[in-house]
Amino acid sequence: MTDTLEVGGGGRPKSSEEEAKRRARVLMKGNDAVAEAAIQAGCDAYFGYPITPQAELLEWMARRMPELGRVFVQAESELGAINMALGAAATGARVLVSSSSPGISLMAEAMSYMAGSGTPMVLINVMRAGPGLGGIGPSQSDYFQATKGHGHGDYRVPVLAPASIGEAMDLTVDAFELAERYRTPVMVVFDGILGQAMEPVELRFRNPARRTFDWALTGAAGRPARVIKSIDLVPEVLEKRNIALQRKYAEISRHEVRWATESMEDAEYVLVAYGTAARVARSAIEKARAKGIKAGLFRPITLWPFPSRELARVARHAHAILTVELSSGQMVEDVRLAVEGRCPVGFHGRMGGLVPTPDEVVGALKALHGKVERTREHEREEQRKRQHASAAAPAERTHRAEADAPARGHALANAPAGRRDGGER
Amino acid sequence: MERSVVFSGFGGQGLLFTGQVIARAAIKDGLEVFWIPSYGPEMRGGTASCTVIVADHPIGSPVVDQFDAAVAMNLPSLRKFGPCVAPGGLLIVNSSLVISQTSARGDIVELRLPCTELAAKGGDDKLVSIVALGALVARLGWVTPESVRAALREISAKKRPEIIDADLGVFAAGFDAGRVGVAA
Amino acid sequence: MTLNPNPELPARPGAPRLIYRKPDVLADRSTHYCPGCGHGIVHRLLAEVMTELDLPAHTIAVAPVGCAVFAYDYLNVDFVEAPHGRAPAVATGIRRVRPEAFVLTYQGDGDLAAIGTAEIVHAAARGERITAIFVNNGIYGMTGGQMAPTTLLGQRTTSSPTGRDPLLMGYPIRITEMLAQLPGVTYAARGSIADASQIGKLKAMIRRACMVQIEGGGFSLVEALSNCPVGWGMTPQESIEHLKGPVVEAYPLGVIVDRALAAVVTEPGPVPDPRAVPADGPAPDATAVPEA
Repeated sequence: MTDTLEVGGGGRPKSSEEEAKRRARVLMKGNDAVAEAAIQAGCDAYFGYPITPQAELLEWMARRMPELGRVFVQAESELGAINMALGAAATGARVLVSSSSPGISLMAEAMSYMAGSGTPMVLINVMRAGPGLGGIGPSQSDYFQATKGHGHGDYRVPVLAPASIGEAMDLTVDAFELAERYRTPVMVVFDGILGQAMEPVELRFRNPARRTFDWALTGAAGRPARVIKSIDLVPEVLEKRNIALQRKYAEISRHEVRWATESMEDAEYVLVAYGTAARVARSAIEKARAKGIKAGLFRPITLWPFPSRELARVARHAHAILTVELSSGQMVEDVRLAVEGRCPVGFHGRMGGLVPTPDEVVGALKALHGKVERTREHEREEQRKRQHASAAAPAERTHRAEADAPARGHALANAPAGRRDGGER
Repeated sequence: MERSVVFSGFGGQGLLFTGQVIARAAIKDGLEVFWIPSYGPEMRGGTASCTVIVADHPIGSPVVDQFDAAVAMNLPSLRKFGPCVAPGGLLIVNSSLVISQTSARGDIVELRLPCTELAAKGGDDKLVSIVALGALVARLGWVTPESVRAALREISAKKRPEIIDADLGVFAAGFDAGRVGVAA
Repeated sequence: MTLNPNPELPARPGAPRLIYRKPDVLADRSTHYCPGCGHGIVHRLLAEVMTELDLPAHTIAVAPVGCAVFAYDYLNVDFVEAPHGRAPAVATGIRRVRPEAFVLTYQGDGDLAAIGTAEIVHAAARGERITAIFVNNGIYGMTGGQMAPTTLLGQRTTSSPTGRDPLLMGYPIRITEMLAQLPGVTYAARGSIADASQIGKLKAMIRRACMVQIEGGGFSLVEALSNCPVGWGMTPQESIEHLKGPVVEAYPLGVIVDRALAAVVTEPGPVPDPRAVPADGPAPDATAVPEA
């Protein structure tokens, strides 16, 4: 192993339990840690192409894979890398590819082929700011790309979004399992900060059991030849293929949704954020609570399938939701679809490689809090007036009046407001 | 407890390394830690910096508005991070390179250390950032000097075993300077 | 009536003797290819060579995008479909994780010499131990006869309706000669399906290319000049005549490099001056093809 994985002595004397915990933790860079987790998970082959801010992942693989007699190829392009992965994965190998946003765009075509033909593979996107060549700063602006159909055709891929380096390691391993269980490409997305940062991680690795694949291309010795393909020029046949895919997606949506919550027990205001934005939100929640706003965190871990039902349940009791992203507001669309107007949904985000600070988020939360409280007060006032009126009027009139009342939150959710000053969108 | 420090200076002054030393020391002390470099073109422009957050609970935001401490090893770093030190915080300035300029702030502690001279005294005049590290640890005590020494030994043992003695010597020089508050 | 299954064995006097049979690896079905198309001949040659070398049971082949996308319907070996032009990258992935497999790509000229140039060049540069079959008919057949990078100067296609004009559309690519420059390429040759003699030579080339892979050599490539009667707007017979004439003139036949034999057998021919009126010069020497 490398020096980065070494654990040394020294430090304050601790209880044996703490001592054991301390010993098990080492400082690792996100890109390196994810690469090592994939290696320990039995990754047979890695294909990549240099791009900031994921280059360390490629470099780690370049050193470690040949050491272990496994496959590493630096391809001529991201197109080359992803198609090498397609070929290797078609033989049943456990394959990893990593890149960053512009490179991921180039991979859309092959991802569509793999989704269509049922080829399992894990793709890591260490997201940077776009559009175009953009910048190399951290970003979450590839949410649409990852969750709404990266390439052409009716398909989805599971998308896992870790918020710490340790979680990135775990989710990379889980991604291999999901890919092989459902015969689908799986994406792990995190931003440049998690790729470049170092955090203590526990070196507990997992190598998921190997499945026997009745589809893998191994040479047709003693069996009929197998074909891995996505083409079907007969519309009826292709529709059947698509229906089967959609069934698979429904099954994934039923069984694989993941999310986490923090400080939600008494939360009236819910921050919805993933990845690095969720960490900022976590700090913001502490500050908001100190100012008397009862805030909690809802953190999607699977961006697809999105934890819609779980969020809808939360929205039933929340005064308002504030979505925080390193983008112009992409996940917020899924948040609104899940919330279905049950409560106002605000948004705060930064672009271009900037990360919102906790104070910024608290500012946005306070603005939202103020508006919501004013609306609630107004509603209570209306309610009192109606009750006053209903004392002298038939019951059905009250009923009608209620039905005519504007749904709480609609006006807020749609109110145009500046983003930088923390207004919702 | 959650504390943040930024190490900033020229590429080659060992700032990213020094940040990793304190991060490793924090782990040894059973703390949570987050180390994040400035990455990309900025690095190649000649300035390098890294932020280290140390806490006794899981760390939230990796982005810090105001630092509890800053180490400015050159003038651009002083200009950039001097204003970002939280009131009551600590600013360590390398007076070997920053001769006359100061942060001009009355609400923070500005510790000016002739890092090159102190590093030379400790055993190697190139290890300027280790001087700042020593002073920082002496002043703030976020991590124990024992853990820092262990971390230094660990990293150098792998990469440059011949430099361990100088590392420890320079760290001691910085530590002493930080304790007594040597003025430049 | 039973046929003698092995033509090598002496037959009873007067008994029917098998002189021609369909290799088992060739599927028992008629093809979707247009009447007179050369793909069927190349498929057949591949099937014969693979059978002779006992390859089908450990072959993993890569199908392209283009007319040959359905190659897996005709060759009973494991197949994966590659995105347009990416077959050499897909084959690289297979090769690296399956060192024991026989890895084959089958691509057309639009696939290999236009959209897939980066992939073919770099697979060749890396010396990937794969065998690439490159069927060059100078046109995009499947999409309706548009101009390909290999389309001849002056040739009319649906996207060069007044003929390929080098000032607007550039010059034909001799990609096999280009690739042959790379040290990773162990074998590169160009044959044709124009007549029985050329087909025999093409088979020898395919066999040699497969042997290079079996023997642990680097990248091997056989370009098969073929016809596209529909795309060229010709009868099959006319298309064969065209193939023998202007096509072979632009793309000289022969082995271009065989580094396993440590010899360049044929230097690439001179590049025709596109501004000159096509000359009726003598056909390039094709006699340098080694016999299998």
